[in-house]
Amino acid sequence: MNIIVCIKQVPAKDAPLSIAGNWIRESDIGFEMNEPDSYALEEALRLKEKHGGEVIALSMGPERVKQTIKEALAKGADRGIHIADDNFAQLDPLGSAKSLAAAIQQQKHDLVLTGLQSDDKGFGQTGVLLASLLDVPHATIIMAIEVDGQKMKLKRELEAGWFQHIECPLPAVLTIQSGINKVRYATLKGIMAAKKKEITTIARESLGVSVEPTQRVEKIYVPTKTKKTEFLTGTPKEVAGKLVEKLKFEARVI
Amino acid sequence: MKILVITEHRQGKWNNTSFETLAAAQQIAKDTSSAVSGLVIGKGVAGLANELAAKNVAEVLLVEHDLLEAYTPDGYCVALSQVISSAKPDLVLFPHTYQVRDFAPKLAAMLGKGMIGDCVGYRNEGGKLIFVRQMFQGKTAADVTFQGAAPWFASFQAGAFRSDLVAAHPSGKVPVNSVSVELKAEQVRTKPLDLFKEAKSAVDLTQAPLIVAIGRGIKAPENIPQAEALAKALGGEIAASRPICDEGWLPMERQIGSSGQTVAPKLYLALGISGAIQHVVGMKGARTIVAINKDQNAPIFEIADYGVVGDIFEIMPALTEALEKAK
Repeated sequence: MNIIVCIKQVPAKDAPLSIAGNWIRESDIGFEMNEPDSYALEEALRLKEKHGGEVIALSMGPERVKQTIKEALAKGADRGIHIADDNFAQLDPLGSAKSLAAAIQQQKHDLVLTGLQSDDKGFGQTGVLLASLLDVPHATIIMAIEVDGQKMKLKRELEAGWFQHIECPLPAVLTIQSGINKVRYATLKGIMAAKKKEITTIARESLGVSVEPTQRVEKIYVPTKTKKTEFLTGTPKEVAGKLVEKLKFEARVI
Repeated sequence: MKILVITEHRQGKWNNTSFETLAAAQQIAKDTSSAVSGLVIGKGVAGLANELAAKNVAEVLLVEHDLLEAYTPDGYCVALSQVISSAKPDLVLFPHTYQVRDFAPKLAAMLGKGMIGDCVGYRNEGGKLIFVRQMFQGKTAADVTFQGAAPWFASFQAGAFRSDLVAAHPSGKVPVNSVSVELKAEQVRTKPLDLFKEAKSAVDLTQAPLIVAIGRGIKAPENIPQAEALAKALGGEIAASRPICDEGWLPMERQIGSSGQTVAPKLYLALGISGAIQHVVGMKGARTIVAINKDQNAPIFEIADYGVVGDIFEIMPALTEALEKAK
């Protein structure tokens, strides 16, 4: 079973963001693997361990995303594909998906996995768009995968604690919900082995897809507050005392 | 402009966010002198369509087919792409539910269009619609515009508009127009099976008046007893954001947010929770929200009544002690 995992590199969770027009100043911060994608990678590795085949880590962006591909290789992916595009942040969801789909079509594969959304833009559309562009079935927000020959039985998460089982034929695209598994760490052996693994770089323009935007982020900004927050300051003891007072006599909730 | 609202229901019951989106559509229509239509899709859903026809809309489209009885992304996309091609709306609006996330981007792509998902509001700037959505887990907002020709697709986040503001029709009812679609069994490639809930959760957080919730800031499972001691001193229940339950540090049944429980307690004390939108939708209805976080820019402070910028490991024990004393 050959699995392609689409992995995005996003600003580190605790990175202080400084806004520059419709994006952020990238030079100021660190980057990491998009957390939902790390669950998708783990699921791919587990499926490979059970059913054989290879896992390809696919990522798009500037040179720095190679670091995230290397991390995937260290965890056990067999090879990596880097779609190089310094202007990746300016692509809309459809433009990104078209580029990924073009690279995916060049590879033999049975299954495409990705996280349910990215922690930066959070559109949550890539997997669904890939299915449409590759003309294969899909299912999203998946919490369990059982492969049985040419079909899968999936557990899809719905809202408010509900789930649904779904039967889906292969090939397919699935988006993976965080928490589906416990993500492994890269071992020293894995990190050493990754050095010998291949990363193929493809320039995005060479894929020959039109990325005419369907939407445009005009600007990003710190959201305006909807509520007036009263900040309490002082030593921990003072703050605790003030807070109990407020909750008792002002908010009257305790 | 013609606006079409795609409504959602499950097992014969409305998903109430459909009416939030209808309220958004009615407001946009007012701002832009547009007309709103509603759409109900499924099988045996004429009753829902009739109910929708009593709202202030121009018409209701009823899309029924045997293969639409249970939701599938393929069935919905094939059917709705036909309806949109013939009805020619300029703007197609959805509630941003898990189901919409599952099919709407594909529907838009089939028509060569894009979708602006998970919007929290909009602005009309001289006839140009600007959609506002969050990025970076709620740390920033973004103004997004459509490029290229209509139809445009957008979805609104739960709670972004108030469903009780939906205007009823001024003089009775509008017509319900059935639209027939062509759909073949082989076009529906996935097969939906049983709907189920996991073992009934032992704790019903929706009934808890006081909740102490922990997020990533708790750092390690061995720190959880400190938060539990605080919850005990307060007489409240312990809860968590998704990552904590994903790690298995607290059981899934204690998860608050879009995939967990939605609560509206008297007091919600958020410890080390940044306030990602998936969490906030599950607790923003709390009467009083207290947030304690080391990052003064954490989005949780946007909805907090009381905020403390500081180290939860210093404040938790101090607060536990102060609560014990105040008893």
